[in-house]
Amino acid sequence: MASIIKAQDLSKRYQLGKRDAAYATLREALVSAASAPLRILRRNGNGAERALWALRDVNFEIGQGEVVGIIGRNGAGKSTLLKILSRVTEPTTGRVELYGRVGSLLEVGTGFHPELTGRENIFLNGSILGMMRKEIEQKFDEIVAFAEVEKFLDTPVKRYSSGMYVRLAFAVAAHLEPEILVVDEVLAVGDHAFQQKCLSKMQDVSIHGRTVLFVSHNMGAISRLCQRCILLDHGRIVASGPTASTVQTYMTSGLMQRAEFVQSEAVEKAINLLRIALVDENDQVRSDVPYDRQLRFVLDYEVNKTVTGTSVGIGLFTVDGTCAFVTGDFDSHPDLLGARQPGRYRTTVEIPPRWLNTGRYTVTVYIANASSGVVYDQLEAIVFNVVDTGTPGSRHGVERKGVLQPILDWTTTLTSK
Amino acid sequence: MDLITNESTGVLESAATNPTTAATQAESSPPSIASLPDKPLVVIEPSKSWVPLRLRDLWLFRELLYFLTWRDVKVRYKQTLLGAAWAILQPLLTMLIFTLLFGRLAGIKSDGIPYPAFAYSGLLIWTFLANAIANSGNSLVGSANLITKIYFPRMIIPGAAVGAGLVDLGLAFLILVGLMIHYRIAVTAAILIVPVLILLTALLALGVGMWLSALNVKYRDIRYALPFLIQLWMFVSPVIYPASLLSGKLRLVLLLNPVTGIIENFRVAIFGHGSFDWKALGLSTTITLLILVYSAYSFRRMERTFADIV
Repeated sequence: MASIIKAQDLSKRYQLGKRDAAYATLREALVSAASAPLRILRRNGNGAERALWALRDVNFEIGQGEVVGIIGRNGAGKSTLLKILSRVTEPTTGRVELYGRVGSLLEVGTGFHPELTGRENIFLNGSILGMMRKEIEQKFDEIVAFAEVEKFLDTPVKRYSSGMYVRLAFAVAAHLEPEILVVDEVLAVGDHAFQQKCLSKMQDVSIHGRTVLFVSHNMGAISRLCQRCILLDHGRIVASGPTASTVQTYMTSGLMQRAEFVQSEAVEKAINLLRIALVDENDQVRSDVPYDRQLRFVLDYEVNKTVTGTSVGIGLFTVDGTCAFVTGDFDSHPDLLGARQPGRYRTTVEIPPRWLNTGRYTVTVYIANASSGVVYDQLEAIVFNVVDTGTPGSRHGVERKGVLQPILDWTTTLTSK
Repeated sequence: MDLITNESTGVLESAATNPTTAATQAESSPPSIASLPDKPLVVIEPSKSWVPLRLRDLWLFRELLYFLTWRDVKVRYKQTLLGAAWAILQPLLTMLIFTLLFGRLAGIKSDGIPYPAFAYSGLLIWTFLANAIANSGNSLVGSANLITKIYFPRMIIPGAAVGAGLVDLGLAFLILVGLMIHYRIAVTAAILIVPVLILLTALLALGVGMWLSALNVKYRDIRYALPFLIQLWMFVSPVIYPASLLSGKLRLVLLLNPVTGIIENFRVAIFGHGSFDWKALGLSTTITLLILVYSAYSFRRMERTFADIV
């Protein structure tokens, strides 16, 4: 099989620190130009420490028609790699040869304009994704049917439900026909039925001989779609090979485990998640929790300006992406939906002992608004294990199925003799 | 780190374990995909200091330019109460104020043209130029979500902002036609040069706007300095006064401003008074093209870091 993508010694460095922060001002640039000679004297090689290598010496080849999953925890370099391949950002060193056109889907609905109608957005979004007008016209009906939005074609998309919005956005992107399709975590949105539809659409794409690079946290989707996986950690490839064994490596290497998430990006939103941690009774952060102990999640967040109708919640997922449940802070305190004053907050939530089955789980944090839905999510903020310390099943030598393994009160009476 | 496997064996393995996929692909894939080109279509590498313009890329994305222009126009007219009327009101009201201030009170001479028509013709060009520069100057920062997610030649973004300004110019032109009828100004063959002058103005706006938009990504001060600088620029352009008002050295300085040659010749074209100042037009064209070329190369050089800093 001929290689359609060849990447050699690919590295990407991001500068951290004040000087290269989000943006500079002219004044800073002038001051810094004036003080440059002084800075050179003062700088004792600490410049290197402020650099972050998002990718380091990455080499791989991808054959035509392959569907390759890219896995790894948050910050491993997956998204940076996709950004380089889709030419959004340049590598610092290295080289990639592409033997086909690349279509990228780094986000669902890029370029959608809320004021424009569904019909108008199909054309706008399609052309942003690199389709020609004729192509869009040809596929228009197909796109509309896939998105199931026929009745709302002439309604501005700002009036769409979030489900409709996502369906339309994915539908446009799904009808791109490049030789190489690069997809980032887009299946995390939408309801279950639609996710299944998207997965089958992507399978279709690969059957038609196109090459797909797919980033996901959802190991179920990865296993279903991909023949091969590349596992990244700290910007380097740590494993590569058939999906089953690479996913296995990922899950057992401890790479996945993470009992604490601390916000590293400075986001200026009305409400920000700062940290979430899984702790035991003694407030020790731990990622392996015995079956007979409670799980306590501690969330810290800050409110920058008064918000109303906002909730903070978590969702618990199994590693194959099945949602066990979603819970929010207003479930037991409806008054939280009123105004939240600026300041820092800590909230804790507990999952009782002897409740979750043994195995690996992930926790996603949501911040949602009554009117606009989820405004922030941190996928897989925490990945932890429930360790077997005597479940009813294991005591009898069987592995019980299910997300839960509760010990329930059974009442048995002798009703006749 | 001990898990590193050899990349090339990874490829071979998966080819070997997936004979079915390879077979299906050969059968059902469209011919364009069946065989790969010998040379890579795209090579991604860190760019050197000198970056080619890649005009061919721009041509490939010409439809995107059209759609983004169309979006800008549509959204603006949808979101505002007065919609398209704004395109007319801005130069019209400015003209009325200037007529009162400079025409009546200060009594500025206007080369024998009725002052309202004189001022409006200058303001028509000027409003287009000023809005196009302001909009394109802020366009990249306003499109951060696109820049960080999708690849396309970034020049299209400031380009679309200038394009959207052309639609407004067309609407505002109707008022000029009204004024010409009102003052019984006869149309001469000279009017044929108007499209050239408008193209020149658009290129000038693109040159300045594109450069500022790239700087704006890095230095957000541009956003605040821009309205002020544009205002200053107007006063050194013959918008509300004729270039003939100045003489000697001052006039020479005025001619270095590319707007001078455009507006002065625009008036000749519309009102048929006097003859074209080819020297001034040639100078305007030369300066505009120099700005455009410099700005395009400097944009391409700054372009590679947009996604990382915007």
